[in-house]
Parts: sequence; C-alpha cells; structure tokens
Amino acid sequence: MKLDFQHIQAAHCENGVTTSLLRHNGIDKITEPLAFGIGSGLFYIYIPFMKINNGPAIAFRTQPGLIFKRTCKSLGITIIRKKFSSKEEAQKVLEDCLRAGQPVGCQVGVYYLTYFPKEYRFHFNAHNIIVFGKEDDNYLISDPVMEETTSLSSYELERVRFAKGAFAPKGQLYYPKGNVTVTDEQLKKAIRTGIKRNIRDMLYIPGNIAGIRGIKYTARKIRKWRDKLGTQKAGSYLAQLVRMQEEIGTGGGGFRFIYGAFLQQAYAYHPIDALPEISKKFTQAGDLWRTAAVQAAGIYKGRLGSQEDFNTMSDYLLEIAELEKQAFTDLSKLKWHS
Amino acid sequence: MKKNEIPHDPGALSKITKEVCYAVDDSGKYTTELSEGWEVKATALDVAWNDVEDRIATAKQKVLNNEASPLLFFMELKLMDIPIVAAYTGFWKWQVKRHMKPSVFKKMSDKKLQKYAEIFEMSVDDIKNMKHT
Repeated sequence: MKLDFQHIQAAHCENGVTTSLLRHNGIDKITEPLAFGIGSGLFYIYIPFMKINNGPAIAFRTQPGLIFKRTCKSLGITIIRKKFSSKEEAQKVLEDCLRAGQPVGCQVGVYYLTYFPKEYRFHFNAHNIIVFGKEDDNYLISDPVMEETTSLSSYELERVRFAKGAFAPKGQLYYPKGNVTVTDEQLKKAIRTGIKRNIRDMLYIPGNIAGIRGIKYTARKIRKWRDKLGTQKAGSYLAQLVRMQEEIGTGGGGFRFIYGAFLQQAYAYHPIDALPEISKKFTQAGDLWRTAAVQAAGIYKGRLGSQEDFNTMSDYLLEIAELEKQAFTDLSKLKWHS
Repeated sequence: MKKNEIPHDPGALSKITKEVCYAVDDSGKYTTELSEGWEVKATALDVAWNDVEDRIATAKQKVLNNEASPLLFFMELKLMDIPIVAAYTGFWKWQVKRHMKPSVFKKMSDKKLQKYAEIFEMSVDDIKNMKHT
C-alpha cells in the first residue's frame, strides 16, 4: 500500500511535515516559509537551570508542535492529533489512516532512528516525519530533512514513536482533517495574524529569558562563562549554541533566513513596501548569527580563548538583539491595508 | 546569506543527504539551495562527541575504582541520563541512582538487570563484566 504522496524536502522537519500534509490535503499555495511565518515559528529562548545533553537549553524556534497547530488553526483547518498508551493501538490507528488514504505526521525520537547517521543520534524526541504507506513489514517514510524518501520496519517505527525522555512522543500522530480549500483572503489574514503573534513572542513576553531579552540575557551569560566554567566547558556551551543555531533544520542563521523568505512571500499577499525592506533586516540578523558562530568556533576549536574573545562573542549577540528588536518594531508599525 | 556564500563542507550528514538552506540570489530574492554542510557546525558536533567520550572515560574509571556500578558506564555509553534511563526501564529515578552504587548493584536480581540489558542492547552478563564493542 503506497499513497499518492509527494515528498517535499524542507529545511526544518515540522515546517516540512506541515507543508507536505497541507499540500496533500488540497492547499497548493502553502510553502515552507509561509507555514513557518503563519505558525510564528521564529523565537529565541534560553532556559536557565535546565540542561540539554549537559549543555545550556537554547532554542531558536517556537515550541515543538506549535507551528503545525497555529498554521492549521489560522487557516481554519481541523487537526486530528492522537497520543497512545498502547503500542498496538498506535499501530492500528496509523494503518487505519493509511487505508483511508491519509498520510500521517508522527513525532519521533532520533536516538533509534536507523537511517540517521550515528553522529546525529542523540536523545532528541521532537523530530517529525510522515508515514505514507506500507510495503510488507516496512513503512514508507517521508522525512522532510532528507532529499529522498526512506523506510522503517514496523519494529523500528514503533521504537522511535515510543522513545522516552523529555518530549516523549507517546506514539503521537497528527494530520489535517479532510480536503480543504483556503482562499487568498484567508491566507492574507493568517499571514497578518502570524506576524502579530511573532511580534508578541519576540518583544513582549515577560521576564528576561525569551525573545529579544533572551538574546541579551545570553550575551550577559557568555561574558561570565570563561571565568565560571573554564575555557573548555565554556567552549562546549558555545558549541551547543551553534548546534542549536545551525544544526539540521534551521535553514541557516537560526531560522532568520527562513523568516526573511517568509516576509518576501508575504509581500505577494500584502503589497506593503516596508515588507521586503524588513526582510533585509532578518537577512542581516541571520548573517550576524553566522558571524557569531564563526567567533564561537574560534573558541571551541581552541584558536581563541581570552576574555576579550568572549566579550566579542557577547557583543555580537547584543548587536543581533538590537537588530532584531528594530526589525520587529518595524513590523509592529506596519500599516496593513486589509 | 547570499546564494554563493552557502558553504559546502562535507560533514556527518552529507553521507545520507544534503540539507536545504535559504539564501538570497543576485536580485535579493530568497531561494533555496542544497548544502553539504558547514565546517563551523561540524566542529560543534565534534565538540559534543568529545564531551561524550570524556564522560564515558570518566564513568569507566569510576567503575574500575569501585565508585560506581557498570550501569553508570553503560548509561553514558548510550548518551542517556538518569531521567531517560528511568523512563525506559520503568524504575523510579531514586532507584536508578541506587542501582549505580556498586554495593547495591552486586545484589540486584537478573530480572531487574534484564530491564537494563534491554535498553542498553547488551546481555546481562556483558553488563556485569563491562563487556562492550
């Protein structure tokens, strides 16, 4: 059994799953940047007192699951989402969907994901894939970060669907309900809602760990890392920052380039001259994140390591914070025609 | 990032796929391009793995010094931490911590060890003898 399904490669897994599933269910105009922007995917957070793989907990995007949820909701699409306590039930529901012709998004852990290279298999449970068929004991898999489709045996799929630890997927599957049509008017409105929500998330979340203030908070922390942690551990922390920013799925520059692409595509629906101009600011921000990554690499490779080098790194983040603050303030001042 | 600035440094991922990058073309329009990877992030990943190797070596030494049970070593070898081990085995976190003590480990039943054996993909004997490949 193989559904008529078109695999789309994307920068990020959740964007990709959202885009592919929505296209499959009839929304031809959706693209990865549109899904990301409508879902208000751009974010920054540094969670203190929490460790991921013994390093700092930093994210450049919104919480897993939200992009799909927000994008569907903004476009008036009903979502079916199920978690399971029983593995048998999880498999049965999946197969019922496939028989009904519906490809299904699944949240999975990557540690036991056999087709991933070993170097990438950490205990990370918020990866997303699409199952679009079954041949003998093998499920056909569309993993959005991969160029080609792949497959997993039923045992392998069960194991990744029931990975344990933080964000345990609990067999979670999801898909948009039924065939839907979305008008340009609806898309326009959804784009506007998505931008407004992203302004809120980056500028107005209380506290100092999220959004622009989170970037500044990180900048202040980095200044102290060398004395507090020692050069080697501080280097490991910076490497973790770079991995979160550049690892599979960000499209480069911690999702800032995807957001720039989104604003350009938004211009086709909202011909406001400021949009492409603001898009350029996000490109600049992405470029600066990459410059900062090069500086960080100098430190974790051991080429740099003085307090001055950490200060430079910290200053890059402060500069980025100002730039992104300006960009989001510009967005909040947009005069919407409709 | 301009399209012609997209890095093409082969890394671990490029063995199985190239990844999508977003960049602007000469006219300033965003487009996508496949990248083989970036040396800066490949080294970041190397750093993460060096840290893992260090943790495994430290754990091994602790087991040899009889300061910890082999379960600590295998936990590190499998990149896990106590909450993850607890979630997979079904033990409470405090139980897992206890099992990491050599004195408690020696008295553990094979039935309990079997749960660890499953998640570490080892046999009970291999765990007891710290055998691994």
